[in-house]
Amino acid sequence: MKDTVLQIRDLKTCFDTRDGMVTAVDGVSLSLGRGECLGVVGESGSGKSVTFASVMGLVKNPGFIAKGSINFEGRELVGLDPKNYRKLRGKEIAMTMQDAQTALNPAYTVSNQIIEVLLAHDETLSGSRKAQRRQARQQALEMLQLVGIPSAETRLDDYPHQFSGGMRQRVMIAIALACKPKLLIADEPTTALDVTIQAQVLELIADIRDKLGMSVILITHDLGVVAEYCDNVVVMYAGQVVENGPTGAVIATPQHPYTQGLLRSIPRLSDLSRRIEPIKGTVPELIDLPDQCRFMDRCTRAQASCRDLIAMQDCGAGRQVRCIAPGLAGGSDV
Amino acid sequence: MGLGKFIERLLQLIPVLLGVSIIVFVMMLFTPGDPVAIMLGDQHVTEELENALRHDMGLDLPPHQRFFKFLSNALTLDFGLSYYHRQPVWDVIASRLPATIELSLAALVFALVVSIPLGVLAAVHKNSLLDRIATVTSLFGVSLPGFWFGILLIIFFAVNMHWLPVAGRAGFESEVAPITHLLLIDSLLRGRIDAFWDALRHLILPTITLGLPMASILTRVTRASMLDVLNRDYITFAEAKGLSKTKILIKHALKNALIPTVTVAAIETGSLLGGNMVVETVFGWPGLGRLVVESIFVRNYPLIQAAVLFYAVTYVMLNFFADILYTMLNPRVKL
Amino acid sequence: MTTVTYWTGDAGTAKSETLFQRNMKLFASSRLSMFFLFITLGFVFMAIAAPLIAPHDPSDADLFRRLLPPAWMDGGDWSFPLGCDALGRDILSRIIFGSRVSIFIGVTVILVATTIGVLAGLAAGYLRGWVDIVISRLVDILLGFPYLIFAIALIAMTGPGLQNIVLALAYKEWVIPCRVVRGETLATSGVEYVEAARAMGASKSDIMLREILPNILSPVLVVSTVRMAHVIILEASLSFLGLGVQPPMASWGSMVADGRSFMLQEWWLSTFPGLAILLLVLSINVVSQGLRDAFDPRFHD
Repeated sequence: MKDTVLQIRDLKTCFDTRDGMVTAVDGVSLSLGRGECLGVVGESGSGKSVTFASVMGLVKNPGFIAKGSINFEGRELVGLDPKNYRKLRGKEIAMTMQDAQTALNPAYTVSNQIIEVLLAHDETLSGSRKAQRRQARQQALEMLQLVGIPSAETRLDDYPHQFSGGMRQRVMIAIALACKPKLLIADEPTTALDVTIQAQVLELIADIRDKLGMSVILITHDLGVVAEYCDNVVVMYAGQVVENGPTGAVIATPQHPYTQGLLRSIPRLSDLSRRIEPIKGTVPELIDLPDQCRFMDRCTRAQASCRDLIAMQDCGAGRQVRCIAPGLAGGSDV
Repeated sequence: MGLGKFIERLLQLIPVLLGVSIIVFVMMLFTPGDPVAIMLGDQHVTEELENALRHDMGLDLPPHQRFFKFLSNALTLDFGLSYYHRQPVWDVIASRLPATIELSLAALVFALVVSIPLGVLAAVHKNSLLDRIATVTSLFGVSLPGFWFGILLIIFFAVNMHWLPVAGRAGFESEVAPITHLLLIDSLLRGRIDAFWDALRHLILPTITLGLPMASILTRVTRASMLDVLNRDYITFAEAKGLSKTKILIKHALKNALIPTVTVAAIETGSLLGGNMVVETVFGWPGLGRLVVESIFVRNYPLIQAAVLFYAVTYVMLNFFADILYTMLNPRVKL
Repeated sequence: MTTVTYWTGDAGTAKSETLFQRNMKLFASSRLSMFFLFITLGFVFMAIAAPLIAPHDPSDADLFRRLLPPAWMDGGDWSFPLGCDALGRDILSRIIFGSRVSIFIGVTVILVATTIGVLAGLAAGYLRGWVDIVISRLVDILLGFPYLIFAIALIAMTGPGLQNIVLALAYKEWVIPCRVVRGETLATSGVEYVEAARAMGASKSDIMLREILPNILSPVLVVSTVRMAHVIILEASLSFLGLGVQPPMASWGSMVADGRSFMLQEWWLSTFPGLAILLLVLSINVVSQGLRDAFDPRFHD
């Protein structure tokens, strides 16, 4: 059995808003092994970002974790006290955000922002404050070189706005990886970038993952990214996991109607005559959802028995799906 | 910031300063009364002497020439004689300037010291009791008429409680040989603790009265700015890095949040100049503001004009300084 | 607060109202704002109906009533609820009549300044060129004077009095709406509906007045209310210094000044007029804050 780095069991995260109780994450379970790359796919409102904000312990008022367990390397994170959580963040679990421009503090140099995370966590730094700074600065330089910033020595003291979009993303990755974390959560790492840069950044992540033996979670709405770089994939919809399994299998034979819809709505260069089929309807509001399949209103195969609590069902080869009639309608013509 | 750019910006001030001078000059032209007559008062002099005086003061020149004379005189700080004091105008102004500067600086410091922590705390503990108190107090702070508030403070603290003096800047016994001309600092520098306390006690009430509106504005600005910053992605990212709350607040949030505060403070300092007139009058503070008010009643026009020009130039320089400060603080603004 | 829905899923009941109307409704929904708006209007009413409401003639002096304390104190008289001043004039009546000065000056200065400012700002922002240069230079120069200083300088020239105060304040005040309008106009000049109007052959003034103006109303409204409070305090300060309206006209500022020497014993002379200023200005500030919140796009979900 592969070494499990992260295990989320039945996580439920809610937000107590003026309009009611919003359940952003409703009974999500997933697991991640060492060195594995897991893709988490879903549209806005699927709960994918909130799930991992919960993992990071960054869910704030009016949000809270209602129930469930988040197990990281044998440690339970739900209910962990703030002090210990802080020690984990940045050191064992790191996160990058979608837009590097806003994630980096415009008032400080990039070296400053890398050094501060090292000074906060790195126990290998020794000596006086000054000495530690010097060592950290050296490491910062190495990190910048690792992520492929050209002429890194001269760019150490540059400000974020002096970098291009793709370079900024790399800087953000450099900061996240400075303490060699066991788990990297990359939230939409390519959404804000040009297509050509996207590939570079993803290659970089894959490369570092191999070098450091790090586990990676790629949160994205782009199935193409998942297909290319992720070992396994989790598909989320309206706060629930609707399908999971090895990437190749899920994409070749998607079982859940939503997954099938997603794949059908991707334009394909190889078959220009085929029409793009968007999924009809919109994501439901996450307040007071009834106990039934959440995809029902948009599903072409909905039946009366879908009006019931649908649990995840095994469908062989390490795959699960939340549907009582999975697979049908001729699979997908991927 | 490059020296070249700085000089360029400085040069852009010249048209404004020129315009300001023109306006002051025009005001002077339209002021009622014959300056020579007012100066001479009841004295009777020969017509020749009167004309000589007129010529001396440049009153017989056509307007544009008078303007150049006015301007060149101004640049050498020659504003003529003060009717009332029988002294050169500038000497009178210069003697009263330190008191006003001291009060204005004190009010500025007071406003910053109060508003920054209050604004930050109000933002961090949004909607808490502290936040609401801060908001309400700010609202009152800008709505209180300064002159009324000052009077109330005097009645309560000075008269009823006898904690603080009623008016003035310091007692006679607190005379101290001037270095900076700021009594508070000079008394410390000269080792005169008794004078220091005396000066401080006199300074408290006027400072609070003058500084309260500014403190209110700055509190609101700081709070709003802090709230805005706390919502930014780089704060979330800093948290994701596992940095402590205090560190995030002080290092990441504050530096960005204080930019608006500082710039607004620099701009509002100019309005302190105007507010001085009221506060100095209420507290009998021997500064420039009170001098100007008194001068109006005795129609001491040369002094009024000089003071107005002086205030305007100071104000323009202050705004310029605020501009420079903003570009220096904000690394993203291309210079 | 529920979110405002304009369209239901299918084109059912579509409520079309302008953004301005929507924001005004938002403003009206705040009880705090409405309460203080009510108070402000109360003052306006007081100002207009002064001769009808005031129990006495504000200039009616009677030295026998000199320094009469407020009604609830020893020696007070309920026909003079807030007491009398040093000349035996009824303070309540003087306060009621004093509201006329404050309201009149506040409203007039703002109206004049806003009208001039809006026109100047529109012209500068839309017509650009030398019009913009001239107006902007003028604004910059006027902005070089601290407010009170400028007003005082003008009053030193022209002498005090109601009309002169209004002019003195208005001369500086117009630059503020002008700057706001110019900024907004510059921002909206390139917008599509303006281009469309131009394509349809509308004249420059037509465009300025009919297309651009309605859309810059909200910031102008917000700024005007904020400034009105400021102007009222300025007028009170000027009157306090003796540079404002002259006796026998009663201004709250001059009432405070008059009562100053009596503050120790007969505190009511200065306190009540001061309270009146505080209340009026506070109310206007709350209202303007409410307007600011209602029109601030970030405030909406």
